[in-house]
Amino acid sequence: MSYNPMELMIACAARLLEDGKTVAVGTGAPCAAAMLAQRTAAPNLVIFFEAGGVAPQLPTMPISVGDSRTFYKGAMATSMADVMETCQRGLMDYTFLGGAQIDAYGNLNSTVIGTDYKKPKVRLPGSGGANDLASFCWRILVVTSHDKRRFVDKLDFLTTPGYLTGPGAREAAGLPPGTGPYRVITDLAILGYHDETKRMEVISLHPGVTLDQVRQNTSFEVGLREPLQITKPPTEQELKILREEVDPHRYIIGRC
Amino acid sequence: MTTSQGQLFSDPSANRARDQFRAKSKALVDKVSPVPDAVARLVHDGDYLAVGGFGGARLPTAVVHEIVRQKKQNLRFAGHTATHDFQILCAGNLTGRGQLLAKVENAYSVGLEARGLSPHARRVIESGAVECTEWSNYALAVRFKAAAMGLPFLPSRSMLGTDTFRQSAAKTIACPFTGETLSALPALYPDVAAIHVHEADRFGNCRIRGTTVADLDLARAALRLIITCERLIPTEEIRSDPTRTVIPFFCVDAVCEVPFGSYPGNMPYEYFSDEAHLKQWLHVQQDLDSFKAFLEKYLFGVRDFHEYLQLCGGLPRLQELRRQELLLHLGK
Repeated sequence: MSYNPMELMIACAARLLEDGKTVAVGTGAPCAAAMLAQRTAAPNLVIFFEAGGVAPQLPTMPISVGDSRTFYKGAMATSMADVMETCQRGLMDYTFLGGAQIDAYGNLNSTVIGTDYKKPKVRLPGSGGANDLASFCWRILVVTSHDKRRFVDKLDFLTTPGYLTGPGAREAAGLPPGTGPYRVITDLAILGYHDETKRMEVISLHPGVTLDQVRQNTSFEVGLREPLQITKPPTEQELKILREEVDPHRYIIGRC
Repeated sequence: MTTSQGQLFSDPSANRARDQFRAKSKALVDKVSPVPDAVARLVHDGDYLAVGGFGGARLPTAVVHEIVRQKKQNLRFAGHTATHDFQILCAGNLTGRGQLLAKVENAYSVGLEARGLSPHARRVIESGAVECTEWSNYALAVRFKAAAMGLPFLPSRSMLGTDTFRQSAAKTIACPFTGETLSALPALYPDVAAIHVHEADRFGNCRIRGTTVADLDLARAALRLIITCERLIPTEEIRSDPTRTVIPFFCVDAVCEVPFGSYPGNMPYEYFSDEAHLKQWLHVQQDLDSFKAFLEKYLFGVRDFHEYLQLCGGLPRLQELRRQELLLHLGK
């Protein structure tokens, strides 16, 4: 069965989410991944939205992180502080984030393009809840398209913490120990982080993609984890659920 | 240890706030008021303003429109989960009406989430004429919470090690018990806040359905509070089930009944967001002249919120949005 890059990314993201764990998501691809995971290997995955939606039975894809779909038939509709403090107490296993730029340590920029903060070239929304979720959740997942403009050597602005400047930097800054970036899922590959250097490395190439292609689209030096894997394409069942139940209007999977 | 370089745009002193809260009347008096009167009486030039809801959900649109219509100047603003609210306020900058926004504490503002960035909000911030600091959504929620608790600050474990922290006015402190580094977040007592709720009585006792975002703390942190509600209800109903009161009357200075008051935003269990209108809203901003014409028609050219709703399709459109909210098209 043929599939597009977005369908592959969502399937990869969904497979990372384990049954009985918790995940804080936003709208878009991460939400689609969580919905797919619930309908495949992780029926007891607990979904949280930062505006206060807890364990909804999502009827359709939400448009806003705060809209009423995010607590449709939910276990609780609460406050943002309650959700964030659930994360700060150590109960949130995963979160999904994105950004305009990401560096080798998984730090993210969603604040400004241009290095003059007071007069930016492009003003972006800012942290929103991303900085909080990246500070508190055990494992940070990023789903993003892969190109040189996005995978940069130096961020214009460090909005949201990855491993900051490298090993030990999160803990030295005061962030909870044992937390940090875990996987980056792109349209080319699945990347992780080296245990010691905390720098990004390729774990798995998507079918038909070469290591050179990944390197050409990454501004920093990217390592690789041996033995290099080839990503398993989405199964027929995953595609069927994604297309028929999760995103029938192709809001997300039609973006390619 | 990270240090910050941003300025604090409001006074975190709990003692100053106590004096102001002491002076406030706690009498059970009728506070029902038309929106224009409430805004004229309670929002002043130079005020620090905060708006409840979550961007495009449970938004006090009528108050935000009226603040722009009355050409309030030099406001400071809490950009906490702000989207459409912030972007309406930006209509008071660079449109020939002086400078409505002077300072913004930004956690999330220029974006309208998945719908894209607001071209005019970008124009306003990228001009450099509005002084900004950076925060995270939770950091601003904690700042409201500190104020709601009557404290000058609260610690948290977010923003550490990042440029977000460097451009904020937070400080780091060592925990007196464990020695760990924490962010110290200054209390935020807005001069005035506006919150839209489902139901309120004429004294200001409020009920909210769905997520509360940061509004229960914001209501208690604000020195003055304007409530808009979908429906006024009898006080007997409030008193028959006080567990449902989430904002008490003594926090509230004005109660304005505004049916469909969150439009074009979503109101949980009532009506969904008007995505077509929001799309148009972003589209017309690409060109400043077409945006000015849009504002002339939809904001300055209307007498009140009711006229605005009429212009946006009136009852038939609102009925459609109610069907969307209740998922009737899915047969649920």
